[in-house]
Amino acid sequence: MTQLTDLGIAAIRDGVAKGDFTATEVATAFNAAVAAAQPALNAFIVTTPEKALEAAAKVDADRAAGKALGTMAGVPIGMKDLFATHGTQTTAASKILEGFKPQYESTVSQKLWDAGAGMLGKLNLDQFAMGSSNETSAFGNVISPWRRPNDTAPLAPGGSSGGSSSAVAARIAPAATGTDTGGSIRQPAAFTGISGIKPTYGRCSRWGVVAFASSLDQAGPMARDVTDCAIMLEAMAGFDPKDSTSLNLSVPEWTAGLNADMKGKKVGIPREYRLDGMDADVAKSWDDGIAWLKDAGAEIVEISLPHTKYALPTYYIIAPAEASSNLARYDGVRYGLRDLPDGAGLQDMYAATRAAGFGPEVKRRIMIGTYVLSAGFYDAYYTQAQKVRTLIARDFTEAFQQVDVILVPTAPSSAFALGEKSADPLEMYLNDVFSVPASLAGLPAMSVPAGLDRNGLPLGLQVIGKAFDEQGVLNASLALEQRAQFSARPAKWW
Amino acid sequence: MSVDTATVAKIASLARIKVTEADLTAMVPELNGILAWVEQLGEVDVTGVEPMTAVIPNTQRLRDDVVNADPLTGGDIRDAVLANAPAPEHGFFGVPKVIE
Repeated sequence: MTQLTDLGIAAIRDGVAKGDFTATEVATAFNAAVAAAQPALNAFIVTTPEKALEAAAKVDADRAAGKALGTMAGVPIGMKDLFATHGTQTTAASKILEGFKPQYESTVSQKLWDAGAGMLGKLNLDQFAMGSSNETSAFGNVISPWRRPNDTAPLAPGGSSGGSSSAVAARIAPAATGTDTGGSIRQPAAFTGISGIKPTYGRCSRWGVVAFASSLDQAGPMARDVTDCAIMLEAMAGFDPKDSTSLNLSVPEWTAGLNADMKGKKVGIPREYRLDGMDADVAKSWDDGIAWLKDAGAEIVEISLPHTKYALPTYYIIAPAEASSNLARYDGVRYGLRDLPDGAGLQDMYAATRAAGFGPEVKRRIMIGTYVLSAGFYDAYYTQAQKVRTLIARDFTEAFQQVDVILVPTAPSSAFALGEKSADPLEMYLNDVFSVPASLAGLPAMSVPAGLDRNGLPLGLQVIGKAFDEQGVLNASLALEQRAQFSARPAKWW
Repeated sequence: MSVDTATVAKIASLARIKVTEADLTAMVPELNGILAWVEQLGEVDVTGVEPMTAVIPNTQRLRDDVVNADPLTGGDIRDAVLANAPAPEHGFFGVPKVIE
């Protein structure tokens, strides 16, 4: 018999509904897998086996009573530790929030519990979601379950949703929530051979999600395949009056609408993403993707997104600016850490608390953000970046008059080793080169596994769609998934 | 534009982050590297371009003008608000003395 921990969302839900196994058996199996992997992978900051069992018991009781079951009934998931969970420590992987127990539940996590999901624990991440390798967490690095052949060097699971990607790839969670500000769902999904979608900005409520850059932050699912992502996104999305940027639109039936037939669809290939010195395996996987979508019936169209090269520097002005403002709330007064040196006044307490609580990358971004928003520099940096952002979004609007979706690589390389890029912040930032443009334009974008590179490590392909067209993104991703036939998984070493 | 130690000290003070002399020395080249890189945006012609204010057009809503319309974001939840405070006192947030 297949191990329960090998199953994804749809298989677990359907198996529980049919009575092939109970939700409690599933939760027990995943709890054990989490406990066994935690010392090696460090994917979780806290584990909550009792919460997983409690949710499972309710699903089993509901089924026995003949009640209707939710779309995620019996599925235990990992919750990125950026979502406020009532009574369970929520840290954003920062010392400044250590011990913080929210008195409320984030809208997205509540929706998942309402759909019948249970919580295995709170997943590790880059501190305040700032990072591309999960090396900025105050609670230790997350290790990818993947390794290069004959090499035990620990590899990055990507970031910032690195606990999510590591857990799903290691089969210690069938799915996990992620959040994406500049690629934090898609890049870790690509690094670990799983799927993840960032929906249109505003689809998922940001209420109760620790804020990083509010005009960019979006939650989304990370799971083993496209269908599971569609199921979970349906459960997470929806209008929320408590988020002023929430889209007041009904949630489409993305799962029912899945269709891998691309006949009559046009797929754009932006020439600006074909970088000089592009990794040969990444370039080949992109070519494979083009051939697969052609095979699915799509017409391939070369397009131009002329401001692509300015997306990263634009992002690294706007995101730190918003972060410096959002993170002003951590002052040692209302929640979290307080550092009060002897004889210190209020201002000294703020400065000491923030010095002790924030990690180096968070401080760096707050400093950059403070500088670009400061008097005398605001127009030269921040206003200029917001204007360039308009141009980047306009490039996409014009391209989408010709094509239905855009196909590009997710990341410029496969997973790197821990420590390989952490010395130079700029080198780390360049990892987001293919994911940031869609974020700046608020567009839905998904990463799906495309294959393995010369080191035996996964590579991802990214589909970017029109605003509100998650269906088009999911469908093209499904067409890729069916042809990529990606079945590789990391050998269990933990 | 590049920053020097004094400017970085000023930014840290504005950001309310205490930094040591050693931190300052390390931050100057790091911040200058990042700033030099983002300055390429200056070459983009933005004549007549409006700065983006909302990535997806949306209208600002007003909530219903009802007291405690949503119990989660309404009032009368003092204990919940103070539950995570590092130094609550007498039903308030405690802070060091601010008036001499």
